[in-house]
Amino acid sequence: MFYRENGQFKSSYSADQAIFPIAQDRVFVIGILLVAFCVVPFVINEYWANAILIPLLVYALAGLGLNILTGYCGQVSLGTGAFMAVGAYASFKLVGFFPEVNYLILIFVSGLVTAAVGVVFGLPSLRIKGFYLAVATLAAQFFLIWLFNKVGWFYDHSPTGMITVRPIDFFGVRVTGPEATPAAKYLFTLAIIATLTLTAKNIVRGRVGRSWMAIRDMDIAAELIGIKPLQAKLSAFAVSSFYIGVAGALYFGVYLGSAEPLEAFDINQSFYVLFIIIIGGLGSILGAFLGAAFIVLLPILMKNLMVGGFGVASGTAGHVEILLLGALIIFFLIVEPHGLARLWQITKEKLRLWPFPH
Amino acid sequence: MTADSRNEILLEVESIFLSFGGVHALSDVSFDIRKGEVRSIIGPNGAGKSSMLNVINGFYHPQEGSITYQGKRRSQMKPHEAALGGIARTFQNIALFRGMSTLDNIMTGRNTKMSKGLFWQALHFGPAKREEIENREFVEHVIDFLEIQTIRKTPVGRLPYGLQKRVELGRALAAEPTLLLLDEPMAGMNLEEKEDMSRFILETNEEFGTTIALIEHDMGVVMDISDRVVVLDYGRKIAEGTPEEVRANQNVIDAYLGVSHD
Ligand SMILES: Nc1ncnc2c1ncn2[C@@H]1O[C@H](COP(=O)(O)OP(=O)(O)OP(=O)(O)O)[C@@H](O)[C@H]1O
Ligand SMILES: [Mg+2]
Repeated sequence: MFYRENGQFKSSYSADQAIFPIAQDRVFVIGILLVAFCVVPFVINEYWANAILIPLLVYALAGLGLNILTGYCGQVSLGTGAFMAVGAYASFKLVGFFPEVNYLILIFVSGLVTAAVGVVFGLPSLRIKGFYLAVATLAAQFFLIWLFNKVGWFYDHSPTGMITVRPIDFFGVRVTGPEATPAAKYLFTLAIIATLTLTAKNIVRGRVGRSWMAIRDMDIAAELIGIKPLQAKLSAFAVSSFYIGVAGALYFGVYLGSAEPLEAFDINQSFYVLFIIIIGGLGSILGAFLGAAFIVLLPILMKNLMVGGFGVASGTAGHVEILLLGALIIFFLIVEPHGLARLWQITKEKLRLWPFPH
Repeated sequence: MTADSRNEILLEVESIFLSFGGVHALSDVSFDIRKGEVRSIIGPNGAGKSSMLNVINGFYHPQEGSITYQGKRRSQMKPHEAALGGIARTFQNIALFRGMSTLDNIMTGRNTKMSKGLFWQALHFGPAKREEIENREFVEHVIDFLEIQTIRKTPVGRLPYGLQKRVELGRALAAEPTLLLLDEPMAGMNLEEKEDMSRFILETNEEFGTTIALIEHDMGVVMDISDRVVVLDYGRKIAEGTPEEVRANQNVIDAYLGVSHD
């Protein structure tokens, strides 16, 4: 089946405004979802869940969150690690306070708490832009991590200073801690991420998403059209932080199981998520997934190839990996700021016209 | 347009003074714009024409003077207030949202007509979906009117200059403006593009009754399509009247021929 848009006529605006107006895209995405929900859970093992799929999904969600703020609304943030920490600590405290409340609800509330924190730290964006805003969010990063490390209340005064997830059942199925099966953890994460991806797509293709992009592309014109910069920027901070907070809660609860703020949520985490959206594509939902897949899979492939294939020492392989990552980021920043998602789109456009360009 | 409503004043600026540091961009400028007319603002480079539009839609705040729009008098406009009040504009240097498609740019122009909150937007369901489709219908009329159907989904950054100007007009028209401010909509266009643009401006004025304030350097166009003209030079109003009156005015001739000021 060729990838074709030609000959697919839409007879209503709602059909044209569908998420995937092109039939082949629709089939492709439905296929992936079917495999992800109906096939993978039966074949998944500990390694695939913990080393590949769960981190990929969680990072894709964090990337989605940062992309809303940076890619769609044009506001730079280096506080992603700290906002993930807010989600993680909020879920930790909430599970402690309300052990009988459904975990999903608590994760949702953790997202809301992070959204509120995000709005507070987003306030400077009304006055400052670009590099200066990045520095302001960096301050948020260091302040919040310091807070979680310093104030015993956040980690229930545990002697190690770490937080450890309690065993939680979701409708009778264990989804956290060592007793949870890889399939349960994976499905729980996947369901949340699939839902949030859909809502993100809905938001960015509607009025609110357009107001973010308008602020990003030309804030003066946006204001003269009647878009309130305050509302647009703060709503971007709120939605973005919500996503990052949920990602943080899952990162801690389902993926890590226990966390220590200086390690799990430090500034490197902020850069890691930023790299994901730069490589995947700024201002693209698909980009967050492509970027996350790339950054999670790259070290694994490198290790298999260099250590397994050529017998290079694993330390050296790690250095080469960092070098390669750096080179790629420079490449994407200079050559293709819209990242892998754009490369994918170009390929599709070529296919759409193939073999006869119009 | 009936003769009566034509004489009704939509906007009046009185004794506007605007300066930037030592530069007097506007000094004691007063004029009015009547409902339904095409009012041109002309003058040599740096005369203060763009500044005047910026005062009208609240982007610049004059130090002195007043602006009366739809009967309400204020010392300055606010951009948001102007947008809600039905003032839309295009810019001398195109100010499109470059990363967005033609369709999304024009849809963004509908911003003041749309209100559904984040919750419904996230679900893309019920009221939000209905609102989106209703507004899309209107936007499609604008797209048809401006004959830009084929570039609907193209990111505007990839469009040639003339089409970008047209999309920018579309974005302004999407707001169903009462007063449309056009800052050199034909600058840099070839003859054919200019003719198209003149036609769109006239049709907008005639079919939708939109009042238009137009800045334009091409005198042929100005004389053809304006009802009344106001002439600025060095931030001052030096003449106003019908195109014929202005053309015959000695001050205007001097200003354009660059007679020295002393
Ligand atoms: N934001 C600003 N800051 C400082 N000076 C400004 C600003 N905007 C306009 N000016 C000055 O005000 C004067 C009038 O400028 P304006 O842009 O209104 O002229 P114009 O009539 O639109 O000219 P043109 O035909 O070249 O577009 C100029 O001297 C300009 O340098
Ligand atoms: Mg100008």
